[in-house]
Amino acid sequence: MIRLEKRPQPSRAWSMATPLVAVLATMVMGGLLFATLGKNPVEAIRTIFWEPLFGEFAFYYRPQLLVKGAPLVLIAIGLSLGFRAGIWNIGAEGQYIIGALTGAGVGLAFYPMESWIIFPLMVLAGAFGGWAWAMIPAVLKTRFGTNEILVSLMLVYVAEQLLASMSLGLMKNPEGFGFPGSRNLQQYDSAHNAELIAGTGMHWGVVAALIAVIFSYVLLNRHMLGYHIRLTGEAPRAAKFAGVKPARLILFCLGASGALAGLAGMFEVSGPSGQVSIDFNVGYGFTAIIVAFLGRLHPVGILLAGALMALTYIGGDIAQGNLGLPSAAIQVFQGMLLFFLLALDLLTNYRIAIGKPEVA
Amino acid sequence: MSTPPLLTIEGLTKAYPGVVANDHVSFTIGEGEVHALLGENGAGKSTLVKMIYGLVKPDSGRMTLRGASYKPAEPRQARADGIAMVFQHFSLFDALNVAENIALGMENPPALRDLAARIREVSEAYGLPLDPFRTVGDLSAGERQRVEIIRCLLQDPKLLIMDEPTSVLTPQEVEILFETLKKLKSEGTSILYISHKLEEIRALCDHATILRLGKNVGECVPRDTSARDMAELMVGTALKTPERGAREFGDVALDISGLSVPAPSAFGTTLKNVHLAVRRGEILGIGGVAGNGQDELLAVMSGEVTCARDAVKFDGKPIGHMGPTARRALGVLTAPEERLGHAAAPDMSLTENALLTGSVREGLENNGFLKWGATKTFAEKIIKAFDVRTPGPENAARSLSGGNLQKFVIGREVLQRPEVLVVNQPTWGVDAAAAAAIRQALLDLAANGAAVICISQDLDELMEISDNFAALNEGRLSAPRPTAELTVDEIGLMMGGAHGMEVAHV
Repeated sequence: MIRLEKRPQPSRAWSMATPLVAVLATMVMGGLLFATLGKNPVEAIRTIFWEPLFGEFAFYYRPQLLVKGAPLVLIAIGLSLGFRAGIWNIGAEGQYIIGALTGAGVGLAFYPMESWIIFPLMVLAGAFGGWAWAMIPAVLKTRFGTNEILVSLMLVYVAEQLLASMSLGLMKNPEGFGFPGSRNLQQYDSAHNAELIAGTGMHWGVVAALIAVIFSYVLLNRHMLGYHIRLTGEAPRAAKFAGVKPARLILFCLGASGALAGLAGMFEVSGPSGQVSIDFNVGYGFTAIIVAFLGRLHPVGILLAGALMALTYIGGDIAQGNLGLPSAAIQVFQGMLLFFLLALDLLTNYRIAIGKPEVA
Repeated sequence: MSTPPLLTIEGLTKAYPGVVANDHVSFTIGEGEVHALLGENGAGKSTLVKMIYGLVKPDSGRMTLRGASYKPAEPRQARADGIAMVFQHFSLFDALNVAENIALGMENPPALRDLAARIREVSEAYGLPLDPFRTVGDLSAGERQRVEIIRCLLQDPKLLIMDEPTSVLTPQEVEILFETLKKLKSEGTSILYISHKLEEIRALCDHATILRLGKNVGECVPRDTSARDMAELMVGTALKTPERGAREFGDVALDISGLSVPAPSAFGTTLKNVHLAVRRGEILGIGGVAGNGQDELLAVMSGEVTCARDAVKFDGKPIGHMGPTARRALGVLTAPEERLGHAAAPDMSLTENALLTGSVREGLENNGFLKWGATKTFAEKIIKAFDVRTPGPENAARSLSGGNLQKFVIGREVLQRPEVLVVNQPTWGVDAAAAAAIRQALLDLAANGAAVICISQDLDELMEISDNFAALNEGRLSAPRPTAELTVDEIGLMMGGAHGMEVAHV
């Protein structure tokens, strides 16, 4: 009989190894899935993981990796702070939208003036927008004890309505022949989040994501606030005994994740996307939740997970195009990754023992 | 005893990785005999009774029940063979009533109404008054224990195993329990009684088996053996009693006046008009049965629960509004009862747990940035000074045994040179030698001019170290009285007597 035995303390080796094992298990099971769909599994896996990096058109896909990975990492870093403390911001997608709206709004308000100050102001506005949107669930939770999961999630749909209203109304391009959507910020130099080195995909959002990773690492490992965040997540009563004020922590964690999501939205709207439009958001805010857990809520892990997730997105697109795989199969494939990771996570705290149970 | 043996145990051995919990233990329990199993924490008493109750399978050895070989595979089988057990920690649901709780533990529960009638019958027969329709959450610890006992008696057991039954009872409740046990014995039920309280064993038991480090180190007839002799058999060396040097009381350090705090949860206790003052150099003992406001009182002193400014004063300054960090800066330190999850974070390392309360007074942070080096040194200092058995400070708190973690938690506060130290159950689950060390540390602190409040359910402990004694009963604190003048009966009455229950009429 196979049983699980609790380890006396978490295994470091397994905690490092589970993401790799999870990726391997996903490849095997995903391959089986693709095989039953009548595709060559080796070819499909190779297309997803190899083609974007080293294939014939890698010069095009590699920059895409940064473009897709940066918002995921930026948002996931913010979310991980709250998740570590047991504060669940599920509404990063909404904060992302609002950050894009406030950021783009500031840029559009200055149009057509050219000045170096405009872009920094947009960055501040984007962060502020996301922060303010996250403060709604935060204040409601600290004041009235509402559930931040529900409130932040519901606000995503409010934000989507706002986005639609803005791209059809206030922010609509007056010279856009009546089409919905704002002016294209890519054509407005002072507000354009251009590539820092042409052809690499490296824009300010990528820089911000890397800074966020470093900042979060220092915060969690070297700072009292980070210690309090971890303590609250592991033992809320002990945190209270240590003098942590839960309300302050809620405001900080939701505020920080909102601000980072807002930043991600702002960098996206002023760069790769270019304009406020009805279909501006593509789910980065939700995928970032997966990225945060895939990276085990650890800053460096999130960086790697963000890259991996971006890879499966791009590789998945290629596989759809080249091999005719249905998009649902790609989504199942991505879902498997999270499933295996969470399932194998058990091995960090438990070991598998074979034999008859002796102690109840 | 000349009766034929009920249960014979021969050479029972059980080893866990790294430790032999039981090493060839043998003894015999006669019919209608009250047999004591005596030993320190970690001596292997629990493992032994778990083997008898079918929870643990022995590696080798034999058990014989009434002449037939007895190998219980699971507790259900042990129960079917007439063996029942009352655990130290109750497994009851607060939100259900007594009859529902008892029905949950039965194989084929009868209709609730019939069950209630049987509960009444049994409870009256054995002098354990209990209303089957009361909600368990409202019961005292003594009453909850009655639920567990009655649950066992309904099975009509031949052997009743009781694991440290008196640790949660007032002296009067202990008397009721003893009356019940004596009645059971007179009806021919055997009782295996586990305890480390020697006077109880001398009063109740016919025979005692003493375990030390998993081995059977002696047997005796408790009535004819002195408590000291039994204790030395149990510990293996001559006992060192903590020394209380002459102490001078200084000014009042901590002063609580007219404090009332509503219960934090449905099954918590409301503190009602609590007055308390402790002077420098004084140890104030606070007794009482568990669940009478101990946790709540500690939370008010630690700053986890804040109250009116003037309700709590330190050196005359109001601190009632301050949180834990501000109070630590002043020197008001606390050690809660619950080690895992409250005093320490289970999955964090000892170094990280040293930081939990040590950051302010030990200067372990610099503008919010953590000094891990200094924190590790502090953790190592605690481990060394309090003889915490662990490979090193990088180990998770949950990997330590309860007693070792307790030493760490108390040591962490003691080494921070407190002005006022409040501890709740400081030696709960700690072996005798370590308990003596902890008590000595508290006495030394007081001798050096700190004010100490010791909340405990162990009356012997409070008698041993406290200068004054007060008791908590349903959130009210009695007026403190000098410990030296008190008798056990008076203490029992201060603790709330037997909660209005009569002593059993047998």
